[in-house]
Amino acid sequence: MAFTAFGSNNRSPSNKPRRTGKVVIALLAPGLAYLAMFFLTPLFALIMVSLETPDPAGGFAEYVPAFEFGNYANVVSEYLPHILRSFGYALAATVLALLISYPLAYFIGVKARPWPMLQKLMLTLVIAPFFISFLLRTLAWKQIFSNESWIVSSLQDLGILDQTQYVVGTPFMVIFGLTYNFIPFMTLPLYTSLERLDTRYLEAGSDLYATPAKVFRKVTLPLSMPGIISGTLLTFIPIAGDYVNASGDFLGSSSTAMIGNVIESNYLQINDYPSASALSVILMGVILVLVSVYVRKSGTEDLL
Amino acid sequence: MRFSLGKFTLPVYAVLAFIYLLIPIVYTFVFSFNNSLKTNLIWRGFTLDKWTNVCQREGVCEALSNSVMIGLISTVVATALGTMIAIALVRYRFKFRSSINLLLFLPMATPEVVLGAGLASQFFNLGVQKGIWTIIIAHIMFCLSFVVVTVKARVASLDPALEEAGRDLYANPRQVFWRITFPLLLPGIASAALLSFALSFDDFIITNFNAGSDMTFPRYVYTAAARGVPAEANVVGCAVFLLAILIVLSTQIRGEVKRRRLAKKH
Repeated sequence: MAFTAFGSNNRSPSNKPRRTGKVVIALLAPGLAYLAMFFLTPLFALIMVSLETPDPAGGFAEYVPAFEFGNYANVVSEYLPHILRSFGYALAATVLALLISYPLAYFIGVKARPWPMLQKLMLTLVIAPFFISFLLRTLAWKQIFSNESWIVSSLQDLGILDQTQYVVGTPFMVIFGLTYNFIPFMTLPLYTSLERLDTRYLEAGSDLYATPAKVFRKVTLPLSMPGIISGTLLTFIPIAGDYVNASGDFLGSSSTAMIGNVIESNYLQINDYPSASALSVILMGVILVLVSVYVRKSGTEDLL
Repeated sequence: MRFSLGKFTLPVYAVLAFIYLLIPIVYTFVFSFNNSLKTNLIWRGFTLDKWTNVCQREGVCEALSNSVMIGLISTVVATALGTMIAIALVRYRFKFRSSINLLLFLPMATPEVVLGAGLASQFFNLGVQKGIWTIIIAHIMFCLSFVVVTVKARVASLDPALEEAGRDLYANPRQVFWRITFPLLLPGIASAALLSFALSFDDFIITNFNAGSDMTFPRYVYTAAARGVPAEANVVGCAVFLLAILIVLSTQIRGEVKRRRLAKKH
C-alpha cells in the first residue's frame, strides 16, 4: 500500500541515476502538466474566488472578481467555533488513533516477526475496513449506537447516560467515528517503522539495566518516530477536512459541524462560494504549515 | 519469567483491536441479509432476496455501473501517467527534483474538501458542465500521486544489470523497455492500479463537489442516508469487499507459493 511507503526511504542503492535528457522530459511532462492544470490552477482559482464580492447588479449567488480580503475576517468571526472544533476533533482523533494503533503495530511488526504469514494476515485485517465503503461503515456505527440500540439502552439503565441522553449526534460519537475510519492510516506507517526496528537495541537497553518502560521511552519510541510523524500527518489531514462523520445524517448533529460541513453547505447548498473558498484556503494554510514543519524535518525525498 | 502477564497482553490486545476494526464490516454483512422494507434499521428476518435482486432497487445499479466506469477510466490514465513519473524519478537525475517531489506530495496532503472545492471553482470559471467527465478528471488527479509512490518503490528495487544485459545483447531501448523493464515493473504497476481503483471507487468528498447530477455509488449512499439506506446498498458494499479481499489474499498466497518454490530449488 502507498501509505507504507511514507515511512520508508526508497533510495536506489546501486543504480546511479542518469542525467537529464529528452526522455526524462517526455516521461515527466504529461503527468506534471496534468497536476498543474487540475491541481495547482484550481488552488489558485480557489484563492481568487475567496476574494470575490457579490455582484451588485446580479441576482442570488452571483459574484464578481475583486480583492475583498474582508471575506476572511467575516468567515473567521462567523465560523471560528467550527474551525476550532475541526482542529480539536482532529487532534483528539489523531491522538486516540495513535494510542490504539501503536501497540497493534508493535505486535504485528516486532512480536509477530517469527510468523510472516500471520503478519501478512494481520496487515490485511488492518486494511480490511478500506474495502467496505467508507459511508457504509460509518453508517454501521450509527446504527450500532442508535437511540433504540441495546448499547444505548443499557448505558441508560446503568445510569451512565440519562434517559433522555443519546450517543449519536454528540462530539464523542463524531470523534469515535473519525478515529475508527482513519486508524489504518496510522497503523500502516507505524508498522513500516517498527518492522525495521533492530531488536538488538532493545536487548542492549535491558542488558544495561534499563527498565522496560525506559527502553521503550529511550529506544523504541525515538526509533519509530518517522512512523509516528507520517502516521500523524496521514490521519490529521483527512480528519481536519472530513465532513461525513460530523454530518447530521451520519454520526453528528448541527452542534458538531466541522469546517468541512460549513464548506460543503456554503458551496453546494447556499452557493456562497467566496465564504466556502476562504474557509478552504484557511484549512489549506494550516495544513501547509504542518507539512512544511515535516518537510524541514525529513526533506522532500522521504515524502514519496 | 518476570513478565509472564505481559506475554499475553499484546496478543489479547491485538485480537480486541481486530474485533473493533471488523465490527462495522460484520454489521454491514448481516444487514445485507435483512428482510427489510424501505429502510434497513431493524432486523426483520433473514432473506437472500437483496443479494439475488440487487438491481430491483431503483438507482443502486446505475450508481454502481457509473462508479465502475469512472474507476476504470481514471485508473488507466492515472496508472500510465504515474508510472512514467515514477520511472523518471528513480532512473534520472534532473533539476527541480525536490519541487517535483513536493508537487507530487501536495495532492496527497491536501484535504479532500479543498481539492473538491478548488476543482469545482475551476470548472465553474471555465463554464464546464459538471458530470461524469469532471468526476473522472478529479479522480485521475488524486490517484496520480498514489500511483507514483507505489510504482517508485518497485522501480527502486529493480536491478539495472538486467537492462544492461539486454542492451549488451543489442536490444534497442524500446525492446529493453517492453521485454525487460515493463514485465519486471508489472507487479508494482498492478498494485498501483488496484489502489487507484479502490480510491476512485470509494471517493465521496471530491466527487460530491464535481458530480453535478450524476450518481456514483458513494453519492447514492450519502443521499439515501437522509431517508435510510436500503439493504441493496449493503449488498453492493459487501460484494465489493469480498472481491477486494479475494484479490489481496490470492496475490499473497501466490507470492508465498512462488517463494517456497524458489526456496526449494536453491
